Amino acid sequence: MTVPAAAYLLLSAALFTLGTVGVLVRRTALILFMSIELMLNAVNLAFVTLARVHANLDGQLAVFFVLVVAAVEVVVGLSILVHIFRSRDTVDVDEVDLLRG
Amino acid sequence: MVPWIVALPLAGALVNGLLGGRLGRRGTSLVACLAILGAFLLSAAATQGLVTSSERAAHVVRLFEWIGVANFRISAAFQWDPLSALLALVVTGVGFLIHVYSVGYMADDPDYSRYFTYLNLFVASMLVLVLGANLLVLFVGWELVGLCSYLLIGFWFERPAAAAAGRKAFVVNRIGDAAFVVGILSVWGLLGTLEFREISRLLGEGGGALRGHPGLVAAALLLFAGATGKSAQLPLYVWLPDAMEGPTPVSALIHAATMVTAGVFLVGRLWPLFEAAGPVLGAVVAPVGAATALFAASVAVVQYDLKRVMAYSTISQLGYMFLALGAGAGGAAFFHLTTHAFFKALLFLAAGSVMHALHGQIDLRHLGGLRRSMPLTFLGFVVGALSLSGIPPLSGFWSKEEILHAARVHAAAVWAVALATSFVTAYYATRAAVLAFWGEPADHHAHPHDPPPAMAWPMAALAVLSAFGGFLGAQWAGAPLQAFLEPVFGDHGEASSVAGAEVAGAVAVALAGVVAGWWAHRARREPDLGPLGRALAAQWGVEALYDRAVVRPAKALSHLLAQRVDARVVDRAASGLADLVVQAAAAVRTWQTGNVRQYAAGVLAGAVVLFVYWVLR
Amino acid sequence: MEVLLFAVSAALSVAGGVGVVAARQPVHSALSLLLVLGSLAVLYLTLAAEFLAVLQVIVYAGAIVVLFLFVIMLLHARTPESRPSPLGGQWSLAVPLGAALWAGLSYAVLQLPAGSRELPPEFGSTEAVGRELFSRFLLPFEVASLLLLVGIVAAVVLGSSPAPSSVPPRSASGREEA
Repeated sequence: MTVPAAAYLLLSAALFTLGTVGVLVRRTALILFMSIELMLNAVNLAFVTLARVHANLDGQLAVFFVLVVAAVEVVVGLSILVHIFRSRDTVDVDEVDLLRG
Repeated sequence: MVPWIVALPLAGALVNGLLGGRLGRRGTSLVACLAILGAFLLSAAATQGLVTSSERAAHVVRLFEWIGVANFRISAAFQWDPLSALLALVVTGVGFLIHVYSVGYMADDPDYSRYFTYLNLFVASMLVLVLGANLLVLFVGWELVGLCSYLLIGFWFERPAAAAAGRKAFVVNRIGDAAFVVGILSVWGLLGTLEFREISRLLGEGGGALRGHPGLVAAALLLFAGATGKSAQLPLYVWLPDAMEGPTPVSALIHAATMVTAGVFLVGRLWPLFEAAGPVLGAVVAPVGAATALFAASVAVVQYDLKRVMAYSTISQLGYMFLALGAGAGGAAFFHLTTHAFFKALLFLAAGSVMHALHGQIDLRHLGGLRRSMPLTFLGFVVGALSLSGIPPLSGFWSKEEILHAARVHAAAVWAVALATSFVTAYYATRAAVLAFWGEPADHHAHPHDPPPAMAWPMAALAVLSAFGGFLGAQWAGAPLQAFLEPVFGDHGEASSVAGAEVAGAVAVALAGVVAGWWAHRARREPDLGPLGRALAAQWGVEALYDRAVVRPAKALSHLLAQRVDARVVDRAASGLADLVVQAAAAVRTWQTGNVRQYAAGVLAGAVVLFVYWVLR
Repeated sequence: MEVLLFAVSAALSVAGGVGVVAARQPVHSALSLLLVLGSLAVLYLTLAAEFLAVLQVIVYAGAIVVLFLFVIMLLHARTPESRPSPLGGQWSLAVPLGAALWAGLSYAVLQLPAGSRELPPEFGSTEAVGRELFSRFLLPFEVASLLLLVGIVAAVVLGSSPAPSSVPPRSASGREEA
């Protein structure tokens, strides 16, 4: 490894932080979702890097399962989103607050 | 086999309690009666084994360990020995007859299945009481019969008098039960066991080293206090007369034949303990029994409610049993318990027939002339009354004779009181019979008639038992009952030397009572007893004393607590707390904005805080 | 060579990440996400994860991003978010919190010891990953398939049932709708 593992991990941290900020500041539900995907990918990168560092395949297998869960999450999440859009005519999460106290 | 004796009535109570409404009256009565009949047959079979085998030592059936804390180990266990066998037979035998009688008596009651649920539950509880192998199991049965008694006294709870009577029975019994619990704890503290067999072993033959130990005396006194509550002895008798508000078969079963004898049974069960406690039996149990016997019999003389006459009579007869126990004649006490169960149940069932025929009329002043219209009931009542009076050869004669003899051997004063009670008993029994059955009918519009077969047959059976049951324990028949109980009470040989003159004297006293009762009321007049009559009607002032010393202060205190403490302290504290919660909730609910992004910010802030903590750690 | 590959891919992925978060149009966000996913696939290759690199392209780029694009098309969701958010404090909250998170993560990463182990041959190949997947991870693998099935059923149910009419559309007076 000519590039140190720390560089990969710093990149992963940067991407995770970008995703987090996206979740906090964006109001369009679709972009919210994509920010979450960004965070998942940042974590995946950390998994793969550490699998390489420790020469252990478990990290790569974790990524595989994250991929599966992410796929399901996107499918179900987008279905709900379509549903909300059909009934409320908006995808702005700030307008979907029926559960407020 | 022994646990099944308890299980059958319990199953009957469960079936009737859960499905009662769907079985119909026929199904309900079948389940209830068959459960008790089964228990009776099982008891009889088990008793057969006890009679034929030479070994009569107590046989203990352990079900499971109930409490196991350090060395405090109590198992749920039943014990089968001659004493349990006798009581189980009386409870299930008389219980079965009264169940059958109830089928007729309660036929029109809307709460038919509830009644039989309670009645079956009562029999099961009573069997737990008499079969329990240690004091704690006995106590469970003791409290359960108390509960059933409360439920059945207040069976017609829509009548305020019945509800109040149930409450009174419950409260008065609590006093005795508190003493009982402390007594159980003292026994544990002293002997380290609650098993009856162990107690007998430790205290065998006169108590050994512990004989007359002050702690043992205290325990015996406390247990006896519990017995006075349940068996309605002085000073805790006040609940039993009021308990007559319940249905009459209940009075016959619970408040005459079985539950109220639980106190007698308790003393008999702990016989080694009472014997080892030195003077308790002679100096406390016998005088209390004798005083109660005479006191209650005298009050019975002026009662007009036929069932109340019987209630005071029951208290008086229970006094006889305690007298016998106090005089050391356990066999005689349980012989009288058995015959009393027969003739007192018979008297109550006859009274119930009168009520049934006259739509609840039970006041002796409004009865009369029923001899012709209700010949069967009349016959039953007379047999019961003569048996109660101790006229030979009816069963009451034999058992009372045993007790009188034991009293004479014990102390002259006790014997005198017992003889006087015998006279008064014969007097009031005759008075009740004369007022109810002789003379002219008081109400010419009513057309009383004998009860239906379901009620008539149990009465007939009990009449036969009342008439001939005495041969179970008669001396000339070899006293088989006392011989059967010998492993429990030991051999008291003096009973074999009853002098002919003594018997003749006792019979003469009883006959004198009958004649006096007949003569005084032959024309359905009440002789004026003057101040004595007023004192009797006021129960010698006992109720008034209780009212002034206990009831009124308790009510005043309750009033104070309700008005001041409850309303001003407890209620305010409760509503203050509630208000606090409401206000806090109103403040906190604004945090719940429903906005996902704010929640996400919260999560992130939490993550950062954790991160900072983790880095700085 | 590897350093160059890393530098280029890292720069592209960060640029894509900024694009996802900052783009006005959802379509631009989706395309930026595609850029991130692609450069990550390259990085996986440099980290000896051939199989995952392939999966990344097929599943993420091929399926998930396409799904996003479909939904964007379906909803005509060209919401430009031009007007100010009702949650004005969100930016001021997000920036310091994000900075703190990034600082914390970086600090933690730099605490790690450097160096790595020698790799066995065939590490991260399809065969090696498959062997693990069908031996040690068989149960999670089957459970994952069940999860996918549940996802499919949920999507079918949610997609086919008519919109609930009991919830009235929120009348956003003075707000622009897509």
